[in-house]
Order: sequence, then structure tokens, then C-alpha cells
Amino acid sequence: MATEPMDGGRALIRALEEEGVDVMFGLPGGAILPVYDPIIDSSIRHILVRHEQGAGHMAEGYAHATGRPGVAMVTSGPAATNIVTPLCDAYLDSVPMVVITGQVPYAAIGTDAFQECDTTGITQSITKHNFLVTDAQDIPRTIKEAFHIATTGRPGPVLVDIPKDIVDPTNPRSAMTWEDDVAMDLPGYRPQVDVDPEAIRAAAKLVRDAERPVLYVGGGILKARAAEALRELAELTGIGVVTTLMARGAFPDSHELCLGMPGMHGNYTAVTAMQEADLLVALGARFDDRVTGRLDGFAPDARIVHVDIDPAELGKVRRPDVAVQGDVRVAIEALVAELSDGGTGDVDRSAWKSRISGWQERFPLAYEPWVPGDALKPQYVIEQLRDATPDDTIVASGVGQHQMWASQYWTFDHPYTWINSGGLGTMGFSIPAAIGAKVAHPDRMVWAVDGDGCFQMTAQELVTATVEEIPIKVALLNNSYLGMVRQWQEMFYDERYSEVFLSKEVPDYKMWAESMGCFAMRVDDPDEVDDAIARANEVDDRPVVIDFRVAAAEKVFPMVPSGKTNSELVVPEFQQDQPR
Amino acid sequence: MNVHEPEFRYHTLVVTVENKSGVLARVAGLFARRAFNIESLAVAPTDDEEFSRITVVVDLESAPLDQVVKQLDKLVNVVEIRELHPGHSVERELMIVTVIAEPDTRDEIVEHLDRAGGKVLSLGTDRMMLSLVGPPSRVDDFEDLLRPYGIVELQRTGRVALASLDDALD
Repeated sequence: MATEPMDGGRALIRALEEEGVDVMFGLPGGAILPVYDPIIDSSIRHILVRHEQGAGHMAEGYAHATGRPGVAMVTSGPAATNIVTPLCDAYLDSVPMVVITGQVPYAAIGTDAFQECDTTGITQSITKHNFLVTDAQDIPRTIKEAFHIATTGRPGPVLVDIPKDIVDPTNPRSAMTWEDDVAMDLPGYRPQVDVDPEAIRAAAKLVRDAERPVLYVGGGILKARAAEALRELAELTGIGVVTTLMARGAFPDSHELCLGMPGMHGNYTAVTAMQEADLLVALGARFDDRVTGRLDGFAPDARIVHVDIDPAELGKVRRPDVAVQGDVRVAIEALVAELSDGGTGDVDRSAWKSRISGWQERFPLAYEPWVPGDALKPQYVIEQLRDATPDDTIVASGVGQHQMWASQYWTFDHPYTWINSGGLGTMGFSIPAAIGAKVAHPDRMVWAVDGDGCFQMTAQELVTATVEEIPIKVALLNNSYLGMVRQWQEMFYDERYSEVFLSKEVPDYKMWAESMGCFAMRVDDPDEVDDAIARANEVDDRPVVIDFRVAAAEKVFPMVPSGKTNSELVVPEFQQDQPR
Repeated sequence: MNVHEPEFRYHTLVVTVENKSGVLARVAGLFARRAFNIESLAVAPTDDEEFSRITVVVDLESAPLDQVVKQLDKLVNVVEIRELHPGHSVERELMIVTVIAEPDTRDEIVEHLDRAGGKVLSLGTDRMMLSLVGPPSRVDDFEDLLRPYGIVELQRTGRVALASLDDALD
């Protein structure tokens, strides 16, 4: 075993290199300063952000796009608290991420020292695990453990808090010995990958016997790299697939078995098929309230097969008839094998299939067409963007109406092309997430679909994008409102609009974007949309922002009102006469 | 402490954890986040100093308990969890109590103490300090017996528990 005297700071960077880290996002400061010195000599590309929240979301975007853990490094105190939101975001969406925070010297911990906060205490409930390292010798092992925990089992964020003295080469406490192949010590961490064959046989029986089955597919499919296996299962059984907001792209939207997105703003067919099903096969999905609507009225006749790697998900919301704990890809492959060997059953599902195609015909995703004099339709912008960009374009969205429209009107035919904040619903997610994705895939086109409320929360990272030469493109659907909140106030608060109007005049997004080094345009009319997108697609030497001035009154439909069951889905006015 | 509530309201979990700083806070935080009240909690290293054992008594219905156990198991520092069932486990608790003991009541108190199997730790002119180790119900009863004399100060450890031997052989 090779050993080498070293200091904790160099060991930290070396340990990151050994994990295969090629890029990290961060911003230096007092407590983390000693670690920034060895970065100069490291192979790791460091992207200097303008706000630590940006570093966290960039790391998430990188992880979403690649499946590899995103890495962010920031200093103590306010920097650590600024990255709390991305940690929670990554926790709720099971994003593999390792965040390194500086901490005041070990002896000063607990004294209210300058830029001190209890980082591990604050982040305890929003990380998969966190560490406070107190000894330089423990740094390499802890980094190894952090990456192992972040990427195995149900992925998630791991934080490593590093006191300054153990990484500062001028402090004797930083002295340590580098050892190759240091062993992990995680006696309580044993994620279960393999599945119980008994449970698979029971699941296969329910699948064979079902008259109205639906494959309910969640983000776990993407985390487990199970898109291929899923397709095999769907095609073998002929069962329709709904892809949740976190699973868009896990099954091709253009596939004939794709029923679309379920949930509060899902399409009619996906929502209703789940609601009317006699079997839901939940694959890496967690029965989120945005999917189930009012729980006691959710899919009342459905038996449940629930596959999840996290045992705490099984039975958390809805009691499964068959619970399968383990890796969802392993489970699907086992199920495919079982159904190939034992047959897929001989239940006649033609009546179910014709009901589904009836819903698809009567209730397609649609919006009131534009007529002269109308403001630009946001859905139209998404459609034009979709049609004018390559098939493998990565779309990152913020949170709100624009997110729902992007998810609804884009056609996701490839996994890992849709990046958004589902669980936490973090406004401002899209620009930094798009930057992270573009860093991971410099040859792919990356579009951020953003709203004006979101844009104002993280736009400063466009400076990062310009300076670091990360040419993302931003389609800003600007309706001068906090649009989703406005929609709720219109529908559920008697059109009493409280604190949702932003401004039609300020900021001037074109000027703002230009001041940050972007190429920028403003579009007001439908006939300008295609040309603006075409020009944006030609720019590859700097970020682009298009300020699309869209209709403020446009609402996202369909919609399950909060507190209602999915059977009470509200469709747009022009579909309301259709028989259900 | 609602010591007279029916026993089934309480669940005893024996949680083996890594003996590291912050682990108790993680375990306690998990209960706190879901607003589950911890009835008692005792923690100390096991025979292997790398690990500690936490005996935690929780007041809740059994359905959410299943969720708590699964969530506890997700904590990286938690190595093993066992739920102990009454009748299949041995539970003990230690109480130290200072009680008013005037010359005319002192013999009576010592009689109670002997019957319960306790010890006199310290004698003062008008008070005594006693200790008792036993099943929680016996400690409860003894506490009730002492109350009329006047309890000055009392500290109980919370229960510690292990599965009984016949159960362990299953």
C-alpha cells in the first residue's frame, strides 16, 4: 500500500480526483480557503459561481444529466446556509450530490465564531447523510464514504463539513498520511439491490390477471438506469405507461403505449387511466400528493405493486398488495423474465384499450388557439422550441406554470433530457441546473425554460455562464406575474390577486441579459417566435436569453384542484362538453 | 409521566448505533420531526465500544411505528433495530429517590423498600436516599408508595431492555 505524507487540504482534492470528479461548482471564502490552493494544481475544473445556491443547483443539473454525483464546495456560515436549498432539493428528488463546506477551526466550533453555523445540524434532515470531519487523517475515507452513500441505494445529497485547521498546511492538525485504497467503515449502511423472487412471482400474477393495468413510472427509473428494461416490460405486456414529472423521458412520449404525465397538471388520459385502473405497477415512484390528489379517492379500485429501493417508501402512502424492495432495474428485469417464462396471461384488455384511446381522442392536451389581438401563447412558444431543437436537447425548467407547460408540450423521447425541481419546487432552479447540464454535455443543446419570477431569483448565474463559457439558452416565458399563484388566486380566491403582479416594465430582461454578456432578444408576437429561436440556436459562443412576452391570463390545464380527487380533474373550457 | 397508561400504547425499540458524536441527535431528531413523543430513552456503549445501544420507548400507534422503524433504519449510523414485545423481553429501570423520613415513618419506608428489593444509599436526619432496580411497573408501584411520605427529588433512568433468551433462540 502506497503512503505519502500530506496535508488535509491536498488530501481532500486528491480524494475527489480519485472519485473521478472532473468538475466542481463553488465559491471560496475564509474557512475553505486552504482547500482552494491545491485546486490550482488539480485536474478538476472548478466553476466559480456568483451565489452558493447556484453551485448547488449546478451540481444537481450535472447529476441529473449524467447520473454521476454533482460536486459543490463552499465556505462556512452564510455559504453553507445558501446551499441548504439545493441540498433539500436534491434530497427530495433523490439526486446524487456531494457538498463540501468549510467550517471554523475545530477548537472554535460552538463559540459563535465568525461565519460559524451548525452546518451538520441544519442539514441533518435534508441530507441522506452528513459528516463533520474532525481529524485530517479521516478526510480520504470520509470522501469515499460520502460518494458511496450519495450514489448507491436511493441516491441523495451528502454533506461533508471540514474545519479549517485540518486542511490548513500551516496548522499541525492538518498533517496526515495519504494511503491508497483506504477502507470504508459503514456498518449501518447496506442498501438492498436484489429483489425477492417470491415478490416478483406475486407481482407477475397480478399483472397477468389485471384487466385495467397501468405502469406508474417515477424518477427511480432514471436513477436506476432502467429505461431500457422498462420499455421491454411495457412492450412485452402491452401495458400503458404514465411518466411522472420526475420521470419525463424515462419512456418515449412518442411511443404508442405512452399515456403521458399524471398528477395535478397531468393529461386527462394519464390521470384517468390511473384513476380507473385495477392494477398500478409503481416503479420507482412514491405516490406523491401531486400525483395522487386527495388520497382517499385515489385509484380506488386499483391493486398496487410497488417497487422501490427505499423500504420506507413501501406502504408510506398507499399500502401495496405486493411490495418489491430492491433496485427497480433488477426488479423489472426479473419481472420480464418471469412474464416471458410464465406467459403474460390471457385477459382480454381490448375494452380497456379502447377506453384509453377514447380519452386520448376526446381530451388531448390543448389550449385555446391564438387569435389576432391576443398576447403570445406560452404553450405555443414551447411547441415551437420543441420543434426547432435537436431530439436530444436537454430542457431544464424552473417551477411554476412554465414548468408544467414545458413538461406537457415538450416531447421527451430520451431519458436524461428533462431536468426540473419536482419535490421541493425550487423557483430559480432552471438557470443553474441548465449550466450544470451543459458543463456535463458541452456538445448538446441545453435550454432553460424559465419564468420571470424564477429568473429574478438566480439570473446572476448567467454571469457565471458567460465567464466560464457555458453557452446555455434561456427561454423566458415572461407574463409579469407569479403565474401559478395568480392562477390559484383566479380559480380559488375569487380573482382576488394578492402580491402576484411583478412588473411589465422592470427589469428590462434584454438589457439585463446583455449586461451579463448574453445575446438577448425580446419577442412579443407569434410570428417572431421561430426566427428568434433560429437565431438563438445559431449562437454558441455565449449564453442566449429570449424574453418572450406571453399572455398573463393563460392557465395550466388540466388541473386537479387542491384537496379534490383525481376524478374531479378540471379540463379546459372547450373540452368540458366532452363525455368523460 | 403517564406511568399508569395501558402498556400497549408504548413500543420499546432497541437500536444499535455507531458510537459516534451526533448519532443520538439524529435518532432523536427523527422522532421529533414526526412529532412522536419519546417516553424514555437510555443510551450507553455495548460490550463493543464501537457501538452503542439505545433503548427508546415511544408512545404511538403501531402503524406509524413501522414507518419510524424504516426511517430509523435509513440512518447511516444505525446498525440494527429490534422491536421488543412485552412478555418476550426483559426490561429494567433504575430509580434514585430522596424521600422525607421522619423517625415515626422511617421503619415503614424501610419495610416497603425491603419488600421491593431496594437499597438505602444515604441517610440524613429527616430524609433518606433510596435506590431501586426493577421492571418499570415495580418501580412505578414503589414510587406511588413513597409519594405520601413526601418525595424531595427523584430520578429514573428510563428503561433498558433486551430480548428474553427463549425469544433470542427463535
